[in-house]
Amino acid sequence: MMGLATLLITSVASATEVFVLSASPSHMRALAASCAACHGTLGNAVVPNGGGNGVDKAKLLAGIDKTDFLTKMLAFKSGEREATVMHRHARGLNTQEIEGLATYFSAQTPRQPSALPSQVLNKNHAN
Amino acid sequence: MQTNRRDFIKLTGVGLGLGLANASLSAFARATKPPIGRVVVVGGGYAGATVAKYLRMWSLGAIEVIVVEVNKQFVSCPLSNLVLGGSKSINDLTFGYDALKANHGIQWVQDTVTAIDSTAKKVTMLRGELSYDRLVVAPGIDFIYNDLPMLASAEGQQQIPHAWKAGWQTVNLRKQLEAMPDGGVFVMNVPKAPYRCPPGPYERVCQVASYLKAHKPRSKIIVLDANAEIISKKGLFTKVWATLYPGIVDYRPDSAVTSVDVATKTVTTDFDKVSADVLNIIPPQRAGKIAQIANLTEKDYPWCEVDFLTYESKLVQNVHVLGDSVAAGLPKSAHMATNQAKVCANAIVQLMAGLAPDSVPVFANTCYSFVTDKSAMHVANVYRYDEAKKIMISAEGGGVSLAPSDKEGEYAASWAQNIWTDVLT
Repeated sequence: MMGLATLLITSVASATEVFVLSASPSHMRALAASCAACHGTLGNAVVPNGGGNGVDKAKLLAGIDKTDFLTKMLAFKSGEREATVMHRHARGLNTQEIEGLATYFSAQTPRQPSALPSQVLNKNHAN
Repeated sequence: MQTNRRDFIKLTGVGLGLGLANASLSAFARATKPPIGRVVVVGGGYAGATVAKYLRMWSLGAIEVIVVEVNKQFVSCPLSNLVLGGSKSINDLTFGYDALKANHGIQWVQDTVTAIDSTAKKVTMLRGELSYDRLVVAPGIDFIYNDLPMLASAEGQQQIPHAWKAGWQTVNLRKQLEAMPDGGVFVMNVPKAPYRCPPGPYERVCQVASYLKAHKPRSKIIVLDANAEIISKKGLFTKVWATLYPGIVDYRPDSAVTSVDVATKTVTTDFDKVSADVLNIIPPQRAGKIAQIANLTEKDYPWCEVDFLTYESKLVQNVHVLGDSVAAGLPKSAHMATNQAKVCANAIVQLMAGLAPDSVPVFANTCYSFVTDKSAMHVANVYRYDEAKKIMISAEGGGVSLAPSDKEGEYAASWAQNIWTDVLT
């Protein structure tokens, strides 16, 4: 343990510099990951029929046009654009965070995941 | 499988050197072939599975992750009330862990954790032990049977299920509802808050009411709420019961269950005695068993206090706690559990790389409740770390639906598909 502790302490000065560079991406990836419950891992939502209808297509954020994302989110935030639930999130985020998310999601690669298949519940399952 | 401390220190040193030289964590992670540390995760629910995946993803495989989970399968609590309503089967909500393991190189042990030695950094299971550099404990909830000892046994729960951990008890309760004669009385309680899923009991009322309205219209539901009022989406639930289920729901606030007679299915509260044809008792709750065993809770306090930047326990170093066990003052929801898991994974990756964790985590919670088989309503909020108070607090703009709708029902179904896929693939 001594070795590790000493090592970390001696690294602090340069680690701080690294942190300045990496703080923003680290913050943004966790914030963006919070959107996954509806928008999928890295903005790759599972959508029925490949996003055939508009609502489903809107869930796909990976590779979205940055300006398109920004415009929509800012309109949700101002109330200019009607929403079912997105206005709640847009209003809770600040403009800087919305810009960060726009950059983050526009940089992701779309990959069309399929829904996870369910299983028959095992006899031995607890509860 | 034992971690070699000397190797770990040596590799961390090499890794840090490279990482700092290249000023980038990804370069650092890629340059370090052998693991920079081992994280053991206890529990494979929403929080545990998520932290395992994101630790692997964000460390680019540089952190070794081992999950210990007692069950072979994941069964979703969200949507499990629909099994009671009849529009879902438990088999729609049951998933395997294979994709998660394979996609992210997560090691998996199906076993029960019996002890945690935080000094030796060691987890003991029924069939072996594991050492860790950091431990993540995500055990969900445990029930408090002090006041309801008659329900502590498997036999008691066979008669009177809680069905508050999705699985066979959910199936049992559904079967009891199916067997109940028209004109029967379904009695359920709401435990004193905080408990898992604040709107869950009230959604359950809607689902049972929906089934009874369609199939046993002369039947009734009596709801015994230990709280002074409906504690989530109150206006919406009150309206739904009055408009969609008139004459079916008899809601009684301030009615904590004090005793249960298992044989006659009779419930006693401070003011009342109620007999049921089908009885569903959800006991009061506390942090999961392993959190108690590992001394992650203070004496006489049921939940685990953590640092909200890292989810590290305030009581035990290098042990992080996630999900429903956390004393967060926030809703104990599945989405919240995954958010905590992601903040924690992010922090552990940073810490193991010698970097500071994100100083202002922000996340969102969206929670849907189904009021019929198709129609749902939300509560949604953004939460941001408050540097002065050192807790996550609700940002402006959050709130609930104006009214339930089929459109939100579709959103809710999509939420489920996406959170399952995010957590388990």
